[in-house]
Amino acid sequence: MAEAQNIPVGSTTAGSIAVAAESTVVSRMSAPPSFDVADFPVPHGREEEWRFTPLERLRGLHDGTAVANGDGVKVDVQAPEGVTVETVGRGDARLGKAGTPVDRIAAQAYSAFEKASVVTVAKETVLTEPIRIAVHGQGGTAFGHQVIELGAFAEAVVVIDHTGDAVLAANVDYILGDGAKLTVVSVQDWDDKAVHVAQHNALVGRDASFKSVVVTFGGDVVRLHPRVEYAGPGGEAELFGLYFTDAGQHQEHRLLVTHNTPHCKSNVVYKGALQGDNAHAVWIGDVLIEARAEGTDTYEMNRNLVLTDGARVDSVPNLEIETGEIVGAGHASATGRFDDEQLFYLMARGIPEHEARRLVVRGFFAELVQQIGVADIEERLLAKIEEELEASVA
Amino acid sequence: MATLEIRDLHVTVEADNATKEILKGVDLTVKQGETHAIMGPNGSGKSTLAYSLAGHPKYTITSGTVLLDGEDVLEMSVDERARAGLFLAMQYPVEVPGVSVSNFLRTSATAVRGEAPKLRTWVKEVKEAMERLNMDPSFAERNVNEGFSGGEKKRHEILQLELLKPKVAILDETDSGLDVDALRIVSEGVNRVRETGEVGTLLITHYTRILRYIKPDHVHVFAGGRIVESGGPELADKLENEGYESYVKGGASA
Ligand SMILES: Nc1ncnc2c1ncn2[C@@H]1O[C@H](COP(=O)(O)OP(=O)(O)OP(=O)(O)O)[C@@H](O)[C@H]1O
Ligand SMILES: [Mg+2]
Repeated sequence: MAEAQNIPVGSTTAGSIAVAAESTVVSRMSAPPSFDVADFPVPHGREEEWRFTPLERLRGLHDGTAVANGDGVKVDVQAPEGVTVETVGRGDARLGKAGTPVDRIAAQAYSAFEKASVVTVAKETVLTEPIRIAVHGQGGTAFGHQVIELGAFAEAVVVIDHTGDAVLAANVDYILGDGAKLTVVSVQDWDDKAVHVAQHNALVGRDASFKSVVVTFGGDVVRLHPRVEYAGPGGEAELFGLYFTDAGQHQEHRLLVTHNTPHCKSNVVYKGALQGDNAHAVWIGDVLIEARAEGTDTYEMNRNLVLTDGARVDSVPNLEIETGEIVGAGHASATGRFDDEQLFYLMARGIPEHEARRLVVRGFFAELVQQIGVADIEERLLAKIEEELEASVA
Repeated sequence: MATLEIRDLHVTVEADNATKEILKGVDLTVKQGETHAIMGPNGSGKSTLAYSLAGHPKYTITSGTVLLDGEDVLEMSVDERARAGLFLAMQYPVEVPGVSVSNFLRTSATAVRGEAPKLRTWVKEVKEAMERLNMDPSFAERNVNEGFSGGEKKRHEILQLELLKPKVAILDETDSGLDVDALRIVSEGVNRVRETGEVGTLLITHYTRILRYIKPDHVHVFAGGRIVESGGPELADKLENEGYESYVKGGASA
């Protein structure tokens, strides 16, 4: 069941477990998935999937007024040997295989991109070095499409690093062949004004393992939509997320795991810290277990630590189960204020206040950071958390 | 010689939109090397005294003074008090998720000692202190107080006492929730610190049981928010036999 404790004023942690014949995850979208932006009405803000998002800050991504300009963002792919990196046109058959846009901005991105980047790891290739994709905003507007495909039994770590200033709408497809193992770390370390809206589609092959780590620090508005489906039984998906929402920032993570295949696993853990006026974090965790997905094992959790007054969290876990033949299914959501008793205890042992706060916040994220499994990213994250905290103390 | 001087201390808390006075003029002097037992019934304000001395933000000092070696304790922040040599072993130690005991102890020792302890001697120091308190080494890797049993929490408090070597130690019901073996182990820990002669101890307790292990020099009866009687160890025997009844009545009418 959802647990809620010590909820700061104005925040919500609604949660539900529904046993339904027909999915409400699907029925509450304004339009069925489509690659064509014209199939989606322009959102007005009261739709279920838009109600938390400040449309007026999307710089026209949602209503067709955003127009791409030449060097909106620069994408640089560094790949070790054994990896094929291609830039392809719209007609390439590999695009859109992992999933279909589910909202207007994802469809807008799909309708508007000119070139896509396709990164392929051939079957049975096991990389020892990460593939690094640097997406650097240069102050413009861009629509992107990125495909990362692993052949059967291939293994790779991909780090996608978003920096700079941009208005970016994108779709990212992850295609995992049978038995493949893919870890993707997507870091949103944008400058203050950036707007980034993206749908991530993972298609997890038979017995394949997918690990997604989403790390959001920067930007004015970041709205990400990581989604997972399974192409065969035995697949495993771990979705980890970490966000640090500062004053004025809107950071929204909307997840959907669709258990459409028997005997697959999913584990979702997102943790966020918020500080400052009008810091707004939104977490939507939808897990759908279809009738045919017997033997499913799933758990999702979202925790938020509110460091100061004036921040707001909306956390909505939602689990829909269409079959009783499962191994396990659960969810939890909790939003708590920074605990003054913990602060007192640490300070009563001589530890100065800012250091005590750092210990607690680091501790809040530590377990999650340790699960990333990419050493330089772990260190960078911890350093980034320190930096955010320093900024708040100053 | 370190001395803690509490003079006419009045303390209030905010509860249900009302201000409630809990401490109504506490006077007490604790000198280095001395052990004072403070005994009193539930709700008499013993923990309030302990928290107020440590600087817990819930408690408001409305009048009175607290001096440690002549320095105004009430002017200090919580961490400054600890670095000045005050230590509070809490009745209900707080869980701090995600912060390991070893990280916590080292950060704390670094703050209180003013420099980071040398790693090699430090590891040994902690290990030996834990052994003496019968704490499994695995506790070092666990999160502070998280999932600790009541007795384990109290041992962890005394471990900190031994490592931080304060000038004045306030032990708030360190005996509660301990079985006889644990009580002996914890008391031995307190006695090791006392035997250095460098700490003044304020031992807050509801029961006389712990006084069989930790011999106080002075016993004070606490009721209705202040000290209502002071004496030597024999006062504890009187409380053992007669209970607090006579004081509770007196305290209420006062
Ligand atoms: N933070 C607080 N808010 C409201 N009331 C409080 C608070 N702290 C203490 N009190 C009240 O003050 C009185 C004294 O409490 P305190 O905890 O100091 O007593 P105690 O002597 O330590 O009792 P015990 O033996 O049960 O530990 C009680 O009536 C208690 O309810
Ligand atoms: Mg008490």
